Amino acid sequence: MATALMQGSDAVAEACVAAGCRFFAGYPMLPFTDLLESMSRRLPEVGGTCINVESEIEGVNMVLGAAAAGARAATGSCGQGIALMQEAIAEAALNEVPFVVFNMARGQQDYFQCTRGGGWGDYRTITLAPKDVGEAVEHTQLLFHLADQYRAPVILYGDYLVAHTYMSVDVSPRQYGPLPPKDWALDGSRGGTGKSRQIWTWAMGKANDPGPGPDAHWRRLAEKFDSIAGQEMRHESYLADDAEYLVVSFGTAGPFVDYVVDELRAEGMRIGSFRPISLWPFPERALAAAASAARKVLVYEVNAGQMIDDVRLSIAGRCPVQFIGGVSIDGSGMRQGDLLEVGSIRQRVLAAVRQEDER
Amino acid sequence: MTHIPTDSAPDIPAAKVASSSAPLQLSEEHHLCPGCGHPVAWRLLLEVISELELERRAIGVVGHGCYTNIVRLADVDFLQCLHGRAPAVATGVKRVQPQAAVFTLQGDGDMASEGLQEVLHAAGRGERITCIMLNNGVFGDTGGQMTAATVVGQRTKTSLDGRDPASHGHPIPVADLVARLPGSVYVARGAVNNAGSIARTKRYLRRAFELQMEGAGFGLVEVLTMCPTGWFVATPEGPDYLEDRFEPTFPVGELKTA
Repeated sequence: MATALMQGSDAVAEACVAAGCRFFAGYPMLPFTDLLESMSRRLPEVGGTCINVESEIEGVNMVLGAAAAGARAATGSCGQGIALMQEAIAEAALNEVPFVVFNMARGQQDYFQCTRGGGWGDYRTITLAPKDVGEAVEHTQLLFHLADQYRAPVILYGDYLVAHTYMSVDVSPRQYGPLPPKDWALDGSRGGTGKSRQIWTWAMGKANDPGPGPDAHWRRLAEKFDSIAGQEMRHESYLADDAEYLVVSFGTAGPFVDYVVDELRAEGMRIGSFRPISLWPFPERALAAAASAARKVLVYEVNAGQMIDDVRLSIAGRCPVQFIGGVSIDGSGMRQGDLLEVGSIRQRVLAAVRQEDER
Repeated sequence: MTHIPTDSAPDIPAAKVASSSAPLQLSEEHHLCPGCGHPVAWRLLLEVISELELERRAIGVVGHGCYTNIVRLADVDFLQCLHGRAPAVATGVKRVQPQAAVFTLQGDGDMASEGLQEVLHAAGRGERITCIMLNNGVFGDTGGQMTAATVVGQRTKTSLDGRDPASHGHPIPVADLVARLPGSVYVARGAVNNAGSIARTKRYLRRAFELQMEGAGFGLVEVLTMCPTGWFVATPEGPDYLEDRFEPTFPVGELKTA
């Protein structure tokens, strides 16, 4: 395994190149900016195109066009810019154009945005949340594969720490198995043959070859997203088997929580952790299993409480679910604040345990 | 002496028209209103693609409007995209398929209202694409409301007494804006309200595609089309209404040539 010390954004850019991404479009916005800069350096070197766009709306629509024409393509921003892209992400989900969206978020407040989406229609977006740069590299390559496998836009939920931390990582290409041919991609070659192609959310087809139309097309898509939900749940659980207290967190909060779990285990507490790697589909069965011995499930996320909805749905009342996270933003507004810190997590876990003991 | 019936249309010319559909036309029927100018523009577009031998290289990116139906009716690769976003989508298509003849088809609601920034930025970047705006100054598909290209005095369902600059502002001449940008190489405004304007508009479209395929830069052809339904005028009055009401605001001709 050849590893190199790289900043997260550079590592993700290398992973994009390794995955065959040849079109990227983005609008600068911290902490996404470094990824855009890396892609603008790297893609021309491999014959690709990176456009520093005039708006996020144009960027995501360019990527939709490039992907519709058969390229592996990606865009990104942080939550504020991803908000502008929601219409096109929903459109791509409904007209089945695959691409990757990098949300290099300013914090953990985009959980609903990634997992619920802000576009219209019955669609979902596979969302992977890496805990560190190493996982971000792995997820990036996997996401290009999943996008093509399911013909759908997918999201990597990174953050300031993923974008800016230096880590030694392996960015060589990874294989995830065969994919269906992109025989649907537009290249103009079938014009005038009676078999020209069409990408259309309403899927009405051509006068000589009618399509399913919106009703049948959207019902099929709903079934597709159901099927993805059944197959693509990913998670990591740590010391969960006998855990009386299970702390659930996502993304870069995970390693902080695991550090606290190690400390408290050493002090004799039966505590473990659970981290959904796929935020959608949320690994609900795995979480229910991991919490089977739990007296209480604690939810730690650096926001006002978003993932806790999915945790409650997974636990389904089998034990109490308590929120121990909170809103915490650095004074710059660009990254998590000091709540994302081992000491404060430890304090909140112990307070929740005391509450349970006093009950 | 040959007897020529005058109580009905002669059948020979009618048969000729019916048998001379454009090569890429999949259906001889469309569902647009009587007197609509869009099908004439469709026809010119398909003829130009065929005459330039671009049938196997053409990719259309189409916005939202009555004209969207072309994605069903023409034997061309099409992507039907979000309202206003076609020039951005076409940019992505062309950048990864540089050998393709990439065009957008949009209305004035799509290009002048919802998507003005997309077309201006695509022109600014000098994308090698051809953008076509069918301008009838009204949202035809939703039943006749005001767009950013509705001319002063024009009655719409959202300007019942006519567009009044004091409360509704002025129409935006997209072709003129695009012509000012150094990234555009060809900009023209045509019309389809009579045989002469139809022939000229076809030449404009042809020139825009030729320049795209030469890699020269961004081309825009605005086409004034009739919408008697959305203008609330009798069908036969459409062509004259276009000339009298639209051409003073949107003069036809080539605005920029390479």
